Amino acid sequence: MAVAFVLLLVAIASVLFHLLSPWWWTPIASNWSYIDDTITLTFWITGAVFFAIVAFMAYCVFRFRHKEGSKAVYEPENKKLEWWLTIGTAIGVAAMLAPGLVVWHQFVTVPADATEVEVMGQQWQWSYRLPGKDGRLGTTDARNVSSENPLGLNRDDAAGQDDIVIENGDLHLQVGKPVKVLLRSIDVLHDFYVPEFRAKMDMIPGSVTYFWLTPTRTGTFDVLCAELCGAAHAQMRSKVIVEEAKDYHAWLEKQKTFAELSGQRNVAKAAYKAGGK
Amino acid sequence: MVDIPFDTTAGIAPAEVAEVELYHPRSWWTRYVFSQDAKVIAIQYSITAMSIGMVALVLSWLMRLQLGFPGTFSFIDPNQYLQFITMHGMIMVIYLLTALFLGGFGNYLIPLMVGARDMVFPYVNMLSYWVYLLAVLVLTATFFVPGGPTGAGWTLYPPQAILSGTPGQDWGITLMLASLILFIIGFTMGGLNYVVTVLQARTRGMTLMRMPLTVWGIFTATVMALLAFPALFVASVMLLLDRLLGTSFFMPALVEMGQLTKYGGGSPILFQHLFWFFGHPEVYIVALPAFGIISDLISVHARKNIFGYRMMVWAIVGIGALSFVVWAHHMYVSGMHPYFGFFFATTTLIIAIPTAIKVYNWVLTLWRGDIHLTVPMLFALAFIITFVNGGLTGLFLGNVVVDVPLSDTMFVVAHFHMVMGIAPIMAVFGGIYHWYPKVTGRMLDDVLGKFHFWVSFLGAYAVFFPMHYLGLLGMPRRYHDIGETSFIPASAHDLNAFMSVAALIVGFAQLVFLFNLVWSLFKGKEAGGNPWGAASLEWQTPETPPGHGNWGKELPIVYRWAYDYSVPGAARDFVPQNEPPAGLLAQGAHS
Repeated sequence: MAVAFVLLLVAIASVLFHLLSPWWWTPIASNWSYIDDTITLTFWITGAVFFAIVAFMAYCVFRFRHKEGSKAVYEPENKKLEWWLTIGTAIGVAAMLAPGLVVWHQFVTVPADATEVEVMGQQWQWSYRLPGKDGRLGTTDARNVSSENPLGLNRDDAAGQDDIVIENGDLHLQVGKPVKVLLRSIDVLHDFYVPEFRAKMDMIPGSVTYFWLTPTRTGTFDVLCAELCGAAHAQMRSKVIVEEAKDYHAWLEKQKTFAELSGQRNVAKAAYKAGGK
Repeated sequence: MVDIPFDTTAGIAPAEVAEVELYHPRSWWTRYVFSQDAKVIAIQYSITAMSIGMVALVLSWLMRLQLGFPGTFSFIDPNQYLQFITMHGMIMVIYLLTALFLGGFGNYLIPLMVGARDMVFPYVNMLSYWVYLLAVLVLTATFFVPGGPTGAGWTLYPPQAILSGTPGQDWGITLMLASLILFIIGFTMGGLNYVVTVLQARTRGMTLMRMPLTVWGIFTATVMALLAFPALFVASVMLLLDRLLGTSFFMPALVEMGQLTKYGGGSPILFQHLFWFFGHPEVYIVALPAFGIISDLISVHARKNIFGYRMMVWAIVGIGALSFVVWAHHMYVSGMHPYFGFFFATTTLIIAIPTAIKVYNWVLTLWRGDIHLTVPMLFALAFIITFVNGGLTGLFLGNVVVDVPLSDTMFVVAHFHMVMGIAPIMAVFGGIYHWYPKVTGRMLDDVLGKFHFWVSFLGAYAVFFPMHYLGLLGMPRRYHDIGETSFIPASAHDLNAFMSVAALIVGFAQLVFLFNLVWSLFKGKEAGGNPWGAASLEWQTPETPPGHGNWGKELPIVYRWAYDYSVPGAARDFVPQNEPPAGLLAQGAHS
């Protein structure tokens, strides 16, 4: 009796917690509300199944608990029932999988008008690179990384000279413009994670990964690392600022290109060698 | 009518297998220490696994102290936190659960349940334990070496696992990999034994389709482990070579603390594929024995045959097979080719179907049963709830696009603890309360048992159910301290503190369990041979605890399946598997 009651209570408390607790996802800031919808659908289907099974168990425990003289029914199999349950489950699973795959197809299909930005992770900071006037990012290699060239750009690649380099800073994005986020690392695995964007992807040294999104509201969002990357994993932070076109371009104007930064560094180095002028 | 495999006389071939020559112990040492008796080896495995499991339990307390009250405990720094999570995960998954289910339950129950005198290769079986013990000792040693144990996370992903930004990069990771290699060698020796014993040493009349589901679960899990562990073995060897000899299996050209390393050309993703080709079947290596044990506990304590036995067997086999084609659902955001997502999401969600069948059949076994709410039954009920809960959240994470926002958050941590932490542990506890009387001849104390059950079940549920919502909120896993963010409200910290207190209480209840284990050994109620009135073979031994060779002079002959409970017309509410049909009043119970 008490056991059946507690079992039922567990099911009810779980549902109430889900409905009433204040802990829920952060307000979305990208086009991936489809993902939120798929999660909501999955919550409904799985929640119903969970409640039904636990409530059925609680009922059985209440109704068929041992009493003096009671005896179980002998029923080894019930083919019909077993098949109906199998078919019902298959339908429920398909109802979650089908929309999931449709949304995944959108997720992996980058729109043609998406502009590229690059995020580079290293222990334990974020750097960003935007294509310059030519609209193309130059090639990179971890072997080029040095204190003068922290992102490892290819000096011989003309496409890279006008790239805008933001070392250990914040990323600005334009609201309403789709972006393809190219992800790169020069040391270990990292993961560019902005909870409000819903999208994330690991960054792997030696290759370039990507995802795409369209920021849908302005604001400042935290960037965290979601793939364990060593001792200061939890402190690897940055910010993404999503803003209107006007503000974005004003910010963009102030950023330095790779060529400018290399030039500056060369000047600084020469000054140092010449005696600190 | 239908061809039901549990009719009473089919499948009894004349004895063809000669009696085996057992190695009889000649001294105290060969009886209790270097024993070749599977039952002694089982106890050795179980005690070792639970001892190292206690270490992992204490580590979980330290983690919860840090998460619940960040900054309060100055003796936990970020590096140590990473070492705690790594060792906790690795110990719990491999050195506790795998070893306990296969080495512990498998060794004890397989020979008894199939009517064998012992495992078929007793000497190799003994070696298996000693190599396992060595693996545990090497693992334990990492706590005392310079730099401490590795903090790479239990997945040991390169490059960071062997680079200097990760704690334990020197001795810790090297010994961890060595210990895993040893574990796999030891397991393989035991695993071959379990498989061959089930296939070759069953007694007369014990057809495959008459075996208790516990044996089916352990057998299938062992076959899977024999196929999956080699992937971990080669991954460990390759990573060790990368670490010690400077090869580049998993290491591309990269920078370590500002310096270009000599590595180049390797693939970090390759390691992940190898790891999860092992790692996903590993989930079911832990789950399938639990499925089997729970099926048997429910049937015995509800005094009812397991519902849909054949479907249950095929579900176990089907899950085992499918679990080899779902591994990359752990890698949806790893940067592998995104089109793999379609395939692995589909296979992953298909596996939900046989799994759901098992759940239905457990609860349908309760339907119109005669439910005795014993401690094993309570744990079985808790298993179903936690397993269903964790299984259903698996449908979130398996559905590729839903996984994208949730992966690497506390949602994942909550999911896998529910489904392969709490649920299998409930099965372990249920199994221990159920079979302890056979192992020791005494019952575990009921009052302590019920206390242990309620605190463990409700407490663990209170820890892991709310944790999903922290993940939904976006809280990443493997953070010793979330620090300043714009999206985590202060109330989430209170929730974390609540979960930590609950976790400490659950931990305390395990001490009560350990006390019960020891106290009942001396003071427990005498159990007799078959205290639960169970039909399967292990309860029909001439002695309790069973002697060396299990069956006295004659091996038992099996006439029926293991689930003849409440058979209409039978004198008692169970009919032992070895009871001849003549003793049965109503011959064709199903005719």
